[in-house]
Amino acid sequence: MRQSLAILILLFSFHMLLAQDIPTYKFTDLERKISKESAEKTLVLNFWATWCAPCIKELPYFESLHQEGEDLDVKVLLVSLDMAKDKAEKFVEKKQLQSEVVYLDEVDFNAWINKISPDWSGAIPATLFVKPGGKQMFYEGQFTKEELYDKVKSFSYQND
Amino acid sequence: MKWYYVIISVLALGIGLSASIMRESGYQVGDYATDFSLESVNGEMVSLADYEEAKGFIVVFTCNTCPYAKMYEQRIIKLHKAYAEQGYPVVAINPNCPERSPGDSMSEMQNRSKNKNYPFAYLQDKSQETSRTYGATNTPQVYLLNKEEKGKLKIAYIGTIDNNYKDATKADVHYVQDAVDALIAGEKIPQTKTKAIGCTIKWKMT
Repeated sequence: MRQSLAILILLFSFHMLLAQDIPTYKFTDLERKISKESAEKTLVLNFWATWCAPCIKELPYFESLHQEGEDLDVKVLLVSLDMAKDKAEKFVEKKQLQSEVVYLDEVDFNAWINKISPDWSGAIPATLFVKPGGKQMFYEGQFTKEELYDKVKSFSYQND
Repeated sequence: MKWYYVIISVLALGIGLSASIMRESGYQVGDYATDFSLESVNGEMVSLADYEEAKGFIVVFTCNTCPYAKMYEQRIIKLHKAYAEQGYPVVAINPNCPERSPGDSMSEMQNRSKNKNYPFAYLQDKSQETSRTYGATNTPQVYLLNKEEKGKLKIAYIGTIDNNYKDATKADVHYVQDAVDALIAGEKIPQTKTKAIGCTIKWKMT
């Protein structure tokens, strides 16, 4: 009995190790993260949520962008706007997402949407591209893989 | 003969472009809204002109399926209960294409409206023309209309309901409420445009 309990505890702690812990961010944390991550590479920041069907459809393209990040010189950051963080965590674990994910814990949307882009209506999915030097490009809507790659390439390689 | 075609195609392009630009931008605060005739969950066709006594409208683009719309559902009911008698009823419009979002079909709308005792008209924008004309982008989204002389409907506010989507009791700025109160008192609306995260409208596949 004691032994099986020990195994259970072991299994449980192993599970905890595997389970993706997503950090909780306030908007100011996200702003800091954006400037840090875009200092040397093009940052691709995608706003998503587990309940958003078009977001889930395009996630694999961001994952593949993340995997090819080294070659393309991009960093992918997925910002979850889920209502509860554990929903996002379970999803990340189930789908074995490899890109970095953060949870944005803000209830007052109107306070920060325009700071990401004045062009953003508030609908998701939405994606922000930020280049070293601070140049930004915003896109609202769902990408196909080709569209996402085209956007990244044309944005990163375009001369300022 | 050729120049003739060139002129025609340039004109056609121009008309096409301006139509698409108008379609993209939708209404801004201060614009006049057009009326519509949309089918309600009761099977009647409803227009804003039907509400002769109304001083204006709290038009809410909302739906059955969006988690944010559900979180704001009770707040929308409360708005109607607070303001319908004062002349500003809620008129809810479901903009989603039921083929793309089966949970937003007319029969699902009827179920939801019945189960949740909607005290307001819940309308389906089948052609999505009204939602396009208004420039609705996500659910839930409010367009507050104020009736002027000759029944013209001026847009007084566009945006979200309050500043805490998770917990209504913790919201400390109530944009729509403040805007309607200002209209009733004949005062200036403190904030006429806000934004919120919401579910993208499920437009018909073209």
